Amino acid sequence: MAAARLSGTEHRLVSLPLSRIRVIMKSSPEVSSINQDALFLTAKATELFVQYLATYSYKHGRGKEKNALTYTDLSHTAEECETFQFLADILPKKILASKYLKMLEKEKQDGEVREDDDEAEEEEDEDEAVGDSVGS
Amino acid sequence: MAERPEDLNLPNAVITRIIKEALPDGVNISKEARSAISRAASVFVLYATSCANNFATKGKRKTLNAGDVLSAMEEMEFQRFVAPLKESLEVYRREQKGKKEARKDKDKKADSEEQDKSREEDNDDDDERMEEEEPNDEEEVDN
Repeated sequence: MAAARLSGTEHRLVSLPLSRIRVIMKSSPEVSSINQDALFLTAKATELFVQYLATYSYKHGRGKEKNALTYTDLSHTAEECETFQFLADILPKKILASKYLKMLEKEKQDGEVREDDDEAEEEEDEDEAVGDSVGS
Repeated sequence: MAERPEDLNLPNAVITRIIKEALPDGVNISKEARSAISRAASVFVLYATSCANNFATKGKRKTLNAGDVLSAMEEMEFQRFVAPLKESLEVYRREQKGKKEARKDKDKKADSEEQDKSREEDNDDDDERMEEEEPNDEEEVDN
């Protein structure tokens, strides 16, 4: 592994810092304690996961022709591959702002007709209330 | 162990190195892709922890152990990790055993260094510092 290139270390079993992995694990409220082997395995598994996610996304992504790994490749993986489905929430598909605005517009139009009346009334009520308190 | 949001991130330099090693030479990894993978890795840790914890709870144990993590991998459909993990664990155990014997008199010093680690890791953009964190490795690697 390339860790050998850096300074004098011959090899390293795991390159991610165990202390940080422990902090993340402990941030889960139901976990009370973790033994050293479990901590090591989780760190190592996370490394394997990073490798796997990167290679899988590269192989199945479109960036391959351009010799690049892009965000789109990753979000595509989260969407298409069942094993990586748990990432769907943090790797959402990107859409154009113009498309998003259209979506918002459409949603608005659907609910608008009824809501319009209610909102107008509420506003009036508030105005009155303010007027009262000032007057008294 | 104070918990700030950035404590739940993994060091970018290390993540980038792992990605680069996994992909063919010369592949360009966008900045966005790197940070996405880094976030994914943190989520993976939490997911694995929670699965492993379920196994520990089932076994009426309070401490997560190696078996729990391995069972979690299977449950998460990462069976392909199980064999390489078992292998590394064996090497790790051997190493730890060697360390313990070599360390006996250095114990106190190592302990106090360990406590400082988490604070130092905040913005590891340089690899050198990563190397310094475990000063004992260099001497004991060859056994």
